[in-house]
Amino acid sequence: MSARERILARIGTAIGNHDAEIDAYLVEHPRGPAPALRDNLITHFRERALQLSSDVIEVAHPGEIPAQVAHYLAERGLPPRGACWPVVGSLPWGEANLEIAVRGANSQDMVGITGTFCAIAETGTLMMLSGPETPPSNSLLPETHIAILNTRRIVASMEDAWDLLRKEHKAPPRAVNFISGPSRTADIEQTVTLGAHGPYRVLIILVNA
Amino acid sequence: MQVSSIHFKRSVTEKLNDEKLQNALSRLQTRFVEGRAAVIGEIADFEETRTAAAAIRDRVLKNLDQWLLHFEQQAIARGALVHWAESGADVNRIVTEIATLHNVRRVAKSKSMVTEECGLNEALEHAGVEVVETDLGEYILQLAHEAPSHIVAPVVHKNKEDIADLFAEKHQLPRKTGIPELCREAREILRPAFLAADMGISGANFLIAETGSALIVTNEGNGRLVTTLPRVHVAITGIEKVVPTLEDVTTLLRLLPRSATGQSITNYVSMLTGTKDAADHDGPEHFHIILVDNGRSSLLGGDMQSMLRCIRCGACMNHCPVYQNIGGHAYGWVYPGPMGSILTPTFVGLENAPDLPNASTLCGACGVVCPVKIPLPDLLRQLREKQMSLGLKSWQEKLALKLWGWMARRPAVYAMVIKITVRILHFAGGKERMLHHLPGASGWTAGRDMPAPQGKTFRELYRQRKLS
Ligand code: SF4
Repeated sequence: MSARERILARIGTAIGNHDAEIDAYLVEHPRGPAPALRDNLITHFRERALQLSSDVIEVAHPGEIPAQVAHYLAERGLPPRGACWPVVGSLPWGEANLEIAVRGANSQDMVGITGTFCAIAETGTLMMLSGPETPPSNSLLPETHIAILNTRRIVASMEDAWDLLRKEHKAPPRAVNFISGPSRTADIEQTVTLGAHGPYRVLIILVNA
Repeated sequence: MQVSSIHFKRSVTEKLNDEKLQNALSRLQTRFVEGRAAVIGEIADFEETRTAAAAIRDRVLKNLDQWLLHFEQQAIARGALVHWAESGADVNRIVTEIATLHNVRRVAKSKSMVTEECGLNEALEHAGVEVVETDLGEYILQLAHEAPSHIVAPVVHKNKEDIADLFAEKHQLPRKTGIPELCREAREILRPAFLAADMGISGANFLIAETGSALIVTNEGNGRLVTTLPRVHVAITGIEKVVPTLEDVTTLLRLLPRSATGQSITNYVSMLTGTKDAADHDGPEHFHIILVDNGRSSLLGGDMQSMLRCIRCGACMNHCPVYQNIGGHAYGWVYPGPMGSILTPTFVGLENAPDLPNASTLCGACGVVCPVKIPLPDLLRQLREKQMSLGLKSWQEKLALKLWGWMARRPAVYAMVIKITVRILHFAGGKERMLHHLPGASGWTAGRDMPAPQGKTFRELYRQRKLS
């Protein structure tokens, strides 16, 4: 008998033979209790994102994004260079004097630019799906992560986000990453310090289009 | 990890006299206990959510074999390989074999309590594989050759001065004193380790049967790095960690960070399913998942089964007056606090951890805060009963309880003995009405005085009042 069979046999003997309605439960996948949101989704999302130490700016049109990014980086003395997801590669980065390579980020890149699959108002969280056009490295390796988010893609809860995933994709991609602000650690004296192994800052650009 | 729970009592005295530790533990209380209290209000009906979470965990345990099989099937369909390990030694063997198979020289590891159970790092190093812990707390412990003292904040027992000294010595860099500078230094030392690693090892907070995914919560981002950059990823977790659906994991995620660190959500929640596609820029080519029993299945079907609901949030230890005073190391194994006082004796044997079920005041705080409603005080009481029936108590304790039992069944004798005792103690209390010593309880009176009884028993006073 293999370890697998022995473990399963032990479990089986201990719990007896139940009639598991596994398939029915998976089809139904019921939701648990979720908190109700007081404000509208965009207001709530923005408020929560700020609480998590993300920076948030709003633009009316995608064309304004490069200038806003250039301004944000200059204000903080950060280099006007980085790597962006192919899906946002066509924005006029050069017009704002930014050198943005269209590719997955590496450890030398100081700025990583991404889109966002959707965002969760309840917690101020961004949801990212991995893929050839949407590599996770861009939101992970650089010290600054800039995420572009269409306000129509803000949903109330993580449950709503899963529904969107189920509707638009057959199965989850290799990595689904929920991002809630810059990376942090509180391991030393339980004192929260921003910028652990991931980005030191996260800028969310809300596009009201 | 070696079990040293047998030395609990000796260790406790040491810890109580350790001033640095006492300061560190009070920090835990303010940050985590107050932090939790502040964020649970965000959920309108916290109790309802706890009940739902307990039901989700019970649903899984009731049919654990079938949920595991469903998980395995889904995970394999997405290209992961699923291994089953009966013991810590199995885990070490499987991981070493995977390392050999993929020609692995360097491993970057994110925090995993299960691998602490197995002593995996030593086993890998023995096989010539270099292992770097990348969670800041675990990295500090690896440098200092120490064990974690908390399941969420592993290095809570050290202050920043200790860490500054350690870094200066091990990194051979000028000594930093600010916490942000220390974190920056660790980041810069560890980044090359992530990039050079052939294999990433992580735990998994949950396994999702619906999708065959492993889900990891982290704040630092090291969990994302070890599961994104190396060409091999191994996720190691207990068999009880499976949950049915994405909705179920969401309910549990509303409770886990809130109960653990007082956060509404951790910085990163990463759900990993299968391996990278040819066109992907990043992600591992090989994904192994190891399902670990190591004593867990023996809790099923018995009176300790509800302990398997545990989602390792640490709230029970943060709120425990015993843990708050002695820290985690005194418990002598991987899991401290109330959850450890149940897990350690059940995993490694009651006879190897005789003090742990008694390392509780039964104040009930742990049971109140546990997000999955594990009746921790009840379980501790049951372990005490088991100790009694197995004859694992000292002869003094057994004799005392026997005498008390005999007396309690004879009200007249009971009344008389109490009457005499109360009078003796009243006399011994003297003018101060305080007892500085009690025969047979010198440990208790070493640190405090006991107010002396006032000369009459409750029953005597009661009768008097009724008459007057
Ligand atoms: S027993 Fe409950 S409170 Fe303690 S770690 Fe487990 S889930 Fe958290």
